Amino acid sequence: MATIKVRAKLDGDVTTVKALIQHPMETGQVKDKKTGKLIPAHFIQEVKCEHNGTSVMTALWGPAVSKNPYLSFKFKGAKSGDTLKLSWVDNKGGSDTVETQVS
Amino acid sequence: MIDMKRRTFLKGSVAAGAVGAAVSAGLLTPRMVLAAWPTAAFEAKTVDSALDALMGSHTLEGSDKISIRAPDIAENGAVVPVSVTTTIPGVESISIIAEKNAAPLTASFVLGAGAEGFVSTRIKMGKTSSVIAVVKAGGKMYSTGKEVKVTIGGCGG
Repeated sequence: MATIKVRAKLDGDVTTVKALIQHPMETGQVKDKKTGKLIPAHFIQEVKCEHNGTSVMTALWGPAVSKNPYLSFKFKGAKSGDTLKLSWVDNKGGSDTVETQVS
Repeated sequence: MIDMKRRTFLKGSVAAGAVGAAVSAGLLTPRMVLAAWPTAAFEAKTVDSALDALMGSHTLEGSDKISIRAPDIAENGAVVPVSVTTTIPGVESISIIAEKNAAPLTASFVLGAGAEGFVSTRIKMGKTSSVIAVVKAGGKMYSTGKEVKVTIGGCGG
């Protein structure tokens, strides 16, 4: 699916993670202009970041997070070359995962 | 395959993969399945009820150790960048609330032990309102707010 672009940069002992996820983040409030029907809600509910098997951050999202969501956070304890795993799950059961190295 | 998924659901398995597969097979609504996702909090219509549902309380202590970076005027309410930084020690979570959205709670970031007090994302705002950052640390909830003017509402409709 390759919906996640992520970068993890180490500066001193703090790793900054920046991710951009491709996802419609439909609120369920918008009408389809052609059919006049409401476009069903379709949004990421949870984003998890794991480092060395431990959860560093779990984001719980509602439909008010923007389309193609951007996310950034920081944490300590990683070394250059460590693997980070970022994954998301949406309200329809869709998901994606990506791994990246801390650089 | 479908029977496997049904059985997995019935056994109450929480494995994300099996659960995801069952959900996409149309057998379950996410509401039943994602016990970890606080539905009541995200559907709450007021700030207080959203916080009650999410944290069990809406008692907030104002703090100058939280700073919100967001535009004074958001031209596009569909994409309002919000960054929250806090120097409060022992941060457990940072939540972002758009006070006048139909459902004010937009996102909640649960931070692990090594995480720093910083999150950044982009949210939809329906109209001009205060963006409130709630930081949970040491069992207490602290907050600060910043007014963001919205020229074109971002919730559609």
